[in-house]
Amino acid sequence: MSRTLQAPVTVAFDYTRSTGPVLGRFFTGLRDATVVGGRLSDGRVAVPPPEYDPISHQAVTEFVELPDTGTVTSWTWVSEPVAGQPFDRPFAYALITIDGADVPWLHAVDVSSSEEIETGMKVRVKWAEERTGAVTDLTFVPDSVGLDTPPPSGSSGSTSDPVSRIVTPVSLDYQYAASPEESSFFRGLAEGRILGQRCPKCQKVYVPPRGACPTDGVPTAEEIELSHVGTVTTFCVVNVPFLGQKIKPPYVSAYVLLDGADIALQHLILDIPADEVRMGMRVKAVWKPRDEWVTSIENISHFAPTDEPDADFDSYKHHL
Amino acid sequence: MRDVAVVGFAQRQMKDFDGSPSMAELLVPILAECYDQTGWSKKDIGFWCSGSSDYLAGRSFSFVSAIDAIGVLPPVNESHVEMDAAWALYEAWIKIQTGEVDTALVFGFGKASAGVLRRTLSMQLDPYTMTPLWPDTVSLAALQARLGLDAGLWDEAALAEVVNRSLTDAEKNEYAVRAGGSSVSELLARPMFADPLRKHDCAPVTDGAAAIVLAAGDRARDVRERPAWISGIAHSSDGLHLGTRDLTVSGSAERAAAAAGGTAGVQVAELHAPFSHQELVLRSALGLVGDVQVSPSGGALAANPMFSAGAVRIGEAAKRIWDGSADKVLGHATSGPALQQNLVCVMEAAENGRAK
Ligand SMILES: [Zn+2]
Repeated sequence: MSRTLQAPVTVAFDYTRSTGPVLGRFFTGLRDATVVGGRLSDGRVAVPPPEYDPISHQAVTEFVELPDTGTVTSWTWVSEPVAGQPFDRPFAYALITIDGADVPWLHAVDVSSSEEIETGMKVRVKWAEERTGAVTDLTFVPDSVGLDTPPPSGSSGSTSDPVSRIVTPVSLDYQYAASPEESSFFRGLAEGRILGQRCPKCQKVYVPPRGACPTDGVPTAEEIELSHVGTVTTFCVVNVPFLGQKIKPPYVSAYVLLDGADIALQHLILDIPADEVRMGMRVKAVWKPRDEWVTSIENISHFAPTDEPDADFDSYKHHL
Repeated sequence: MRDVAVVGFAQRQMKDFDGSPSMAELLVPILAECYDQTGWSKKDIGFWCSGSSDYLAGRSFSFVSAIDAIGVLPPVNESHVEMDAAWALYEAWIKIQTGEVDTALVFGFGKASAGVLRRTLSMQLDPYTMTPLWPDTVSLAALQARLGLDAGLWDEAALAEVVNRSLTDAEKNEYAVRAGGSSVSELLARPMFADPLRKHDCAPVTDGAAAIVLAAGDRARDVRERPAWISGIAHSSDGLHLGTRDLTVSGSAERAAAAAGGTAGVQVAELHAPFSHQELVLRSALGLVGDVQVSPSGGALAANPMFSAGAVRIGEAAKRIWDGSADKVLGHATSGPALQQNLVCVMEAAENGRAK
């Protein structure tokens, strides 16, 4: 058995960014199948145009329309492409100096082997048919390759308005690992047990256990099996619907201080109208059927009232 | 300026850390080593600063769970940078210069093996014109390497020589993830990975953590017979756009070295060069000539724990002052694509302007 529990996790979201006048002009050009450079204070032309001149630090304001041909200034062979790259098979990244520009542009060249690219080689843009105004609207091909279709001209979108924003999707894959202490907690849940760990210095019992006691900075070594009964220390009524919500609002999310623990565990309080949940209420874990158990806190479906008298405020006030 | 020295250093560098990305469990023994070296406890530390990255960890505010390892209740004086811990060290040095504190403990950590590192690092590029193409770190370094080859600034044998020396030196480093020199001709016979770079030209994906203790004046003298006094520290950055800078030189490394008081008299330089050709760029930018010993630890080609590898360079260099084998050393850290940002920390056996 591996020391820790691990699972694949994908973190994905879209960045939406406004482009401003310089990059907006550049991206509008790409959407309309035109390469637009910016003139720098020393007279050089840069593609893509930087928003501010790297030497004078003044805003770049002069734009130049350029041809869609250029020269490979440097290149490398991507033998093992990773997700998101312009091709999912081996290809070349290159620094390409567009004809009429002085500053190279990083982009991808579609060639089938590293034998087919070299420094000084002429390349040209291959425009995507659907263009949104982004650097992904194109790739490069060797200039010697005949294109099946003539280069498109004009806007491919339904509008000719300038491009004022771009959306960049981000998606990153991880093999996420729990700490050894958390792993023991989750393995306990798969056996219907709630495990905490005690700090050897301050004697506090943490659930879920942590890699170190935040007061003493030492590992919480001693394992403690906790009661499935506890006290609501604080709670909130969820009234707002949101994406991915599994229960219809209103419902209660609460901190439950299990008997014997010094840290409250967050969970749902169900089987009682939301407006009757209160601080000090005694609750017990309601487990899902045993054949549904995995290594997850979701093995506990929710907490429900025990119908015992409420706990004294003094018994949990130090844990708020 | 106050006299501030590096007086403690602990590290772990490993291929694959079997634990959560907060690495609190790994940090506990490293911090304990720092207490051992100094004879201090948590109460003796005036300021804490860490370096790590949420993108590496795959979770937001990832440093918050890591600081459990300090023991942060009651609250401590603490800060964080989304950079290598070398930059956290710079912040701590400034904090001591303000006079507010006399001591600081700096740490960095990162579990690069949790994702695809060369891909994750695309998140540090220009988000408009570069990240959407997902150019990976290795490809960007390879473009830089070829520019130098084409310009005749170095050849493939020069890159292999850097690798061979690094991996030979790494044999003496218990933390090296990759070690074992061979020969230039044997290295050149291996296949290309990102033409013109071979796998051995690129730092190995490494997990790890490091911690460094800083102290001012008498607090430093209490801990070490020969504290590594920081005689100059500075960092600088080049622009975001790869095209508008000359990738065969490092203006930012040169500026940082000048601002740190220059490198004359440096005997040992620990350089953070994650790619073989980048050592050559840095040697030139930092003016390291003659018999300066470069990266005797084996450097980043032997192990490159993200967000602590730069701090490791400073720690490794400081050790040479502590053990009396050098009087003036340099630790260097880099961050960003193709050596975009560079930090230089020069350390000496004697305090500024005083006799050795
Ligand atoms: Zn404790």
